[in-house]
Amino acid sequence: MEYFVQQLVNGLTLGSIYGLIAIGYTMVYGIIGMVNFAHGDIFMLGGFSALIVYLLLLSVFGGIPIALALFVMIIVAMLMTGLWNWVIEKMAYRPLRGSFRLAPLITAIGMSIALSNFIQVTQGPRNKPIPSMVSSVYEVFGISISLKQIIIVLVTAVLLTIFWYIVNHTPLGRAQRATEQDRKMAALLGIDVDKTISITFVMGAALAAVAGTMYLMYYGVIVFTDGFTPGVKAFTAAVLGGIGSLPGAVLGGIMIGLIESLWSAYFTIDYKDVATFSILAVVLIFKPSGILGRPEVEKV
Amino acid sequence: MSDMLLQVKAVETYYGNIRALGGVDVEVNKGEIVCMIGANGAGKSTLMMTICGSPQARTGSVTFDGQDITHMPTHEIARLRIAQSPEGRRIFPRMTVYENLQMGASLDNLKYFNEDVEKIFTLFPRLKERQAQRGGTLSGGEQQMLSIGRALMARPKLLLLDEPSLGLAPLIVKQIFAAIKVLNKEQGLTVFLVEQNAFAALKLSDRGYVMVNGKVTMSGSGKELLANPEVRAAYLEGGHH
Repeated sequence: MEYFVQQLVNGLTLGSIYGLIAIGYTMVYGIIGMVNFAHGDIFMLGGFSALIVYLLLLSVFGGIPIALALFVMIIVAMLMTGLWNWVIEKMAYRPLRGSFRLAPLITAIGMSIALSNFIQVTQGPRNKPIPSMVSSVYEVFGISISLKQIIIVLVTAVLLTIFWYIVNHTPLGRAQRATEQDRKMAALLGIDVDKTISITFVMGAALAAVAGTMYLMYYGVIVFTDGFTPGVKAFTAAVLGGIGSLPGAVLGGIMIGLIESLWSAYFTIDYKDVATFSILAVVLIFKPSGILGRPEVEKV
Repeated sequence: MSDMLLQVKAVETYYGNIRALGGVDVEVNKGEIVCMIGANGAGKSTLMMTICGSPQARTGSVTFDGQDITHMPTHEIARLRIAQSPEGRRIFPRMTVYENLQMGASLDNLKYFNEDVEKIFTLFPRLKERQAQRGGTLSGGEQQMLSIGRALMARPKLLLLDEPSLGLAPLIVKQIFAAIKVLNKEQGLTVFLVEQNAFAALKLSDRGYVMVNGKVTMSGSGKELLANPEVRAAYLEGGHH
């Protein structure tokens, strides 16, 4: 029993990271109907920004309180990835809006390759480790929960609440939803559609940066190819939860985290990705729009 | 001297290579109600959307309040307070009625929201009952009311109405047209509407235009057009009297 709960905790942690990345996929898909394949690399870029900031902080200040360090890392990483995604959207995707559907998709794959190669060239191809940041572990009813895990789940929960509030209860969120539902009408009401789309990219990137920082803190190492697998998993999470749905992205992320850690715990770890994607396939057979996705029936 | 608010001059609009408007001239003065009547597919809705820059006119010009808006982006045109209740109503289906109205008021950052939303609810009590419901679940008539209400929330200088009577019961059409008249008389709201319901539209309007195949073929005061034999034959035969 303890073993099972332990795996749940591990899965929840991993799932939180996937969920944070998945939101970026799902929001961008919602608003312009495009899968931003470069989003995983934005996540990796966020991790690298955090890494550089941490190493800088260490070399300048020596010992720095971890909470403060994490805070600075997250903020800088958010700004960096936000800026990157803003530029990418403006230069690579916007000119293709209104083009055929595959065009931005292919461009996104190109952007993904460009970003990971850029990091490979500038940061080197090897694993980049950091000194362990947080190492406390608590024993609760025989289950060990590390402080890292608590931080990850807490940060995710807080961010999601803020995010949910923005999307559902602020003029900005309304503008985003309006743009998603009817771009032309949003413009007729004075919404600057291009700006709204840009902001959506920046918000998605900021969450990916947080995920990247958490990932770095959790595993203590990052490498330029790290955008790929978590990116694909997060995309899977978005699809599983119902692409376009914010709670769906988080739910999908947590489910994938749980499936992975439980599968690895009870079966062979080599097949954990096979298990994840098989479950995705099965869910999509019975619920093609994902768990929380909305079926496309509406009164016109 | 009449005070011109909107001037559409020799406007041609294309969808790809298909010409939808072939040199349209329309003028709307401050405080007027002007209508454009014409059959389905004549280009009325295209004209409405061209005024809002979506699509933009290929040739000719659109001037609003002395400012050339022909090539202005749609959202900036909206910020000059041209509000439109467009063809097909275009309610946000997954937003509540209340949120749809908030979207209408977004130009003023909801400064007058409470005051204005009460006016809309007085005008269309049905919307008040349904305010927490999603736009997509409303009936056609309710969506029409919402679309007009949303446009009014912008406190427009010029209200563009595309077929406000479409899908509504005759009694509600009467009610809406009466409401437009009141807004026009009391607040000096300028209205430009396109309608297939020619009789009601011409009766409401100070002036009218007739559009056939992307061109304005006739114009005159509402009364003149109502009395015109050609207009009667083409648009008014068969009832309404």
